Amino acid sequence: MQTGVALKPPLFSIALISAAALAYEILLMRLFSIIQWHHFAYMMISLALLGYGASGTFLALFQRKLEGRFFEAYLFNAVMFGVTAVLCFLLAQAVPFNALEVLWDPQQPFWLMLIFLLLFIPFFCAANCICLAFSNYSAQLHRVYCFDLLGAGCGAAAIIGLLFIVPPATALQAVGALGLLSAAVACWECRVQPHWSVLILVLAAVIMASPVAGFSLQISQFKGLSQALRVLNAEQVDQRSSPLGQLTTIRSPSIPFRHTPGLSLNAPGSIPVQLAVFTDADSLGVLTRFDGDLDKLAYLDYQSSALPYHLLDKPAVLVLGAGGGADVLQSLYHEPSHVHAVELNPQFVELVNEEFADFTGAIYRLPGVTVHKAEARGYVAGSSAAYDLVQVALLDSFGASSAGLYALSENYLYTAEAFAAYLQRLKPGGILSITRWTRSPPRDGLKIFATAIEALEQQGIADPGRYLAMIRSWNTTTLLVKNEPLSAPAIESIKTFCQQRWFDLVYFPGITNGEANRYNQLPAAWYFDAAMRLLKPDRAAFMDDYKFNIRPATDDRPYFSHFLKLRTLPELLSLREQGGMPLLEWGYLVLIATLLTALLASFLLVLLPLWLRRKSGPRVPGLHWRIMAYFAAIGTAFMFVEIAFIQKFILFLHHPLYAVSVVLCAFLVFAGLGSLVSARWRKHVSLPGVVGGICTLSLLYILFLPGLFEFLVQLPGGFKIPLSALVIAPLAFLMGMPFPMGLGIVSERLPSWIPWAWGINGCASVVSAILATLVAIHLGFVFVVFLAILLYLLAALVLRKYPDNAGIATRGEILAKSKE
Amino acid sequence: MSCLDRLSVVLGRGFFLGVLGFVCAVSWAQPTGDYQQQRQRLVEEISQDVINTRTYIGKSSLDDRVMRVMGLVGRHRFVPADLQSQAYKNRPLPIGYGQTISQPYIVALMTDLLDPEPGDVALEIGTGSGYQAAVLSRLVSQVYSIEIIPQLAESASARLKRLGFSNIEVKNADGYYGWEEHAPFDAIIVTAASSHIPPPLVSQLKPGGVMIIPVGPAFQVQQLSLLRKTAAGEIHSQQVLPVRFVPFTGEH
Repeated sequence: MQTGVALKPPLFSIALISAAALAYEILLMRLFSIIQWHHFAYMMISLALLGYGASGTFLALFQRKLEGRFFEAYLFNAVMFGVTAVLCFLLAQAVPFNALEVLWDPQQPFWLMLIFLLLFIPFFCAANCICLAFSNYSAQLHRVYCFDLLGAGCGAAAIIGLLFIVPPATALQAVGALGLLSAAVACWECRVQPHWSVLILVLAAVIMASPVAGFSLQISQFKGLSQALRVLNAEQVDQRSSPLGQLTTIRSPSIPFRHTPGLSLNAPGSIPVQLAVFTDADSLGVLTRFDGDLDKLAYLDYQSSALPYHLLDKPAVLVLGAGGGADVLQSLYHEPSHVHAVELNPQFVELVNEEFADFTGAIYRLPGVTVHKAEARGYVAGSSAAYDLVQVALLDSFGASSAGLYALSENYLYTAEAFAAYLQRLKPGGILSITRWTRSPPRDGLKIFATAIEALEQQGIADPGRYLAMIRSWNTTTLLVKNEPLSAPAIESIKTFCQQRWFDLVYFPGITNGEANRYNQLPAAWYFDAAMRLLKPDRAAFMDDYKFNIRPATDDRPYFSHFLKLRTLPELLSLREQGGMPLLEWGYLVLIATLLTALLASFLLVLLPLWLRRKSGPRVPGLHWRIMAYFAAIGTAFMFVEIAFIQKFILFLHHPLYAVSVVLCAFLVFAGLGSLVSARWRKHVSLPGVVGGICTLSLLYILFLPGLFEFLVQLPGGFKIPLSALVIAPLAFLMGMPFPMGLGIVSERLPSWIPWAWGINGCASVVSAILATLVAIHLGFVFVVFLAILLYLLAALVLRKYPDNAGIATRGEILAKSKE
Repeated sequence: MSCLDRLSVVLGRGFFLGVLGFVCAVSWAQPTGDYQQQRQRLVEEISQDVINTRTYIGKSSLDDRVMRVMGLVGRHRFVPADLQSQAYKNRPLPIGYGQTISQPYIVALMTDLLDPEPGDVALEIGTGSGYQAAVLSRLVSQVYSIEIIPQLAESASARLKRLGFSNIEVKNADGYYGWEEHAPFDAIIVTAASSHIPPPLVSQLKPGGVMIIPVGPAFQVQQLSLLRKTAAGEIHSQQVLPVRFVPFTGEH
């Protein structure tokens, strides 16, 4: 193969491969949420970074061998990205990793490691393309960099758009095809002979994107969808997908679904036929047959969540998380004045109102029902209407909840700030009602109880106990928070409701020990005891002593479902084979396993090769460890800020995937610009100045972002996305500078250490992408940002003795220098 | 199945055979040994677990008959061939179709809590591999077992017949309505996940009978729900934690 004018970098190809790699990163989060569980999101960010880290090491080590063969190496890596993006995913989804078995089976960590290594390959190939271009076209670096960043930004936006149009599996084919296409474009841009090589690559890309290369997702057999489809005659009747999730509707005529959480044992009548709707192959919701005959819904009055309707007359109801409409039906049975149903996923509303309108009776279109396609927190913050009842639906499935599956899932519906927002939407005498699954020993129920106390106290209520009531069925608890003290008749109604349905009283103002724990007996009146303790002034001491974390979740630490306390971990581990395994939250443990995997992989793939092929160079006393500390600190700090911002923007943009795309994209583009600018105006920027700017901006954001979001929450999504990017811009711009500035110093004083600087920085970011979440779970995101500030200060401190005389080098110059 | 699907299956197999060698080398390559001996060790382990959890389950030892049967029924015959070497570990194992065979300690505990008598008739919802039914069948006169997944119902039925468990009948059906023609039952065990306790099952329980429901997803039994029907037909339910753990510390 011959190249023509190789002096011009293949800019469009670089943009395409960059776009494909970023799209791949985001797409993998979606795909793994479907075939496994969503914990893998952290792993994907970490993997993409590892690709770049390892590529830096690889090129630093093999530069000489690759010299003069830029184009072949570039082409090979672009093609390999296209092929392995699909192939490695297919292999990874066939790895028999079972997260549920992580603690029972010592083989599981190896399978996790294998998935990690498989998915590393495509990222490594894409990163090789970019790094090769950097080192080969160092003179035109700013153009290469510009197209790289532009491509990455477009990739992040395009994949979200694509996921609205095609299912995730097809999107993966498209990403693979894009890799091949970028190889074809490179051939065209560099005038490769023979010409037909372009054609062959285009043809390969077309085949990759066509149904010939179609494949199906191998969903974990332990997820609800897989299990439902095993039942005789069960069949999939609808599937639709968007970035918000994949909804699969299942009909099971022989053995019908009867999803009715916490139904009383003496419920009258039968449950109408239901269709199951699984979100991302789990998290069961149902569509219930409704022909307008309310009598057929009598069973819905026998769920614990029906309690508030017995205290209110013709209430105006707000249902948050309406899904398939079970809570709306329950409301309709009790003859409300109006029901407002809020559902995040418009496709769920389509299922009810259009696709299965005959089956569901199109309940969201009934007079007296208004459906709002919005995120619950956003809707509540943006609406000024008042309701008699705010009902928070039981959204997650029982199995997932009890397995600690959501331990790491941020959930802004159950935070103290959320409760306060709900309470503000209540009319005088109104009720907030929240139902959760129960677990033994108690966790969820107690945490919402504690959260309600805190929210009431924040409203200036001195004796929250008079405003609260809680009941318990076989497997659910329902908490009522009234915005006036509960009256004696209301308490009587609660008692009667429970007595008729064999539900247990957990708490109401004036409850006595003998009234609790009667029907469905726990070993002791745990709920009652805990509720009483939580209402005493020494609540904090009780929560400290309790063996699970039942402190209210906050918007800063939005991990409602994280109950594991590190203090309890040794006891639980020692009991794991004596029935204690379910008390360990495996979501949390998978995160730790992923962290260890990332540590090991980044050591093996980045640092070990460097060490094995280390060169002896001049020694500058004290500088070695300073370089290590500097690059570890800025690598970690950068990721800490980025991950914290992704979280902060989830609340504003209302979905993790949007937040990840927007924040990643903004950081990429503006940090890239920052690094270019720092190279161009090298005389005008100093490290202490940049670090000072980063720290000041970070602190300002911590202080003012929540207020700003509250102010802007009503804006439509189309405005929020560019606005988010604009907010991130100045901080990201500055954060792009310390890395090239540090490299400038290294290239001046200790050029043999350039690969180490790359490697250490890469490893630190790989590990800290996961570490940030771990820190946030325990200490909150504000703390994560504080840590990042400290790390930036530390970085400025360790290199303060070494002013950058030579000026800041660009990546290309540095790579060129390290060749010498 | 598309070409790529097939390709990935073929590649996947070859690939995993290679990897499996590696994994086997690093994991426990324990000899299968004598199953009888392993079973006895398992029974001892269960006895110890019971002693550890005595305050929660209300007894320091399980019924001798239950423990004897645990020592007799070969669990290795109820797990997939590739997992036989792990059959006598005190842990749940996958049996395919997204289902598991329960942890032996939980099986023993549930069987004991059902308080089986030689003349009893028992109903099981969720046959799985048939191990729980096999254990129970040695302590009662007849076990009826319903499985929702056709393939599992078929294989469990064939397995139980082959192993000579003649007093067990398995059918593939909806467990929600129980098995009306053989009702009422002295004992009912519901291992299938449900969002609520099926009322028809409660009505098929004999006065004085016991129903037990292990609660929790695959691989994790977090509590046992125990329902008793009094002679007067009232239902008392109780939750038993299968683990020695108190959430309160300090003065509690």
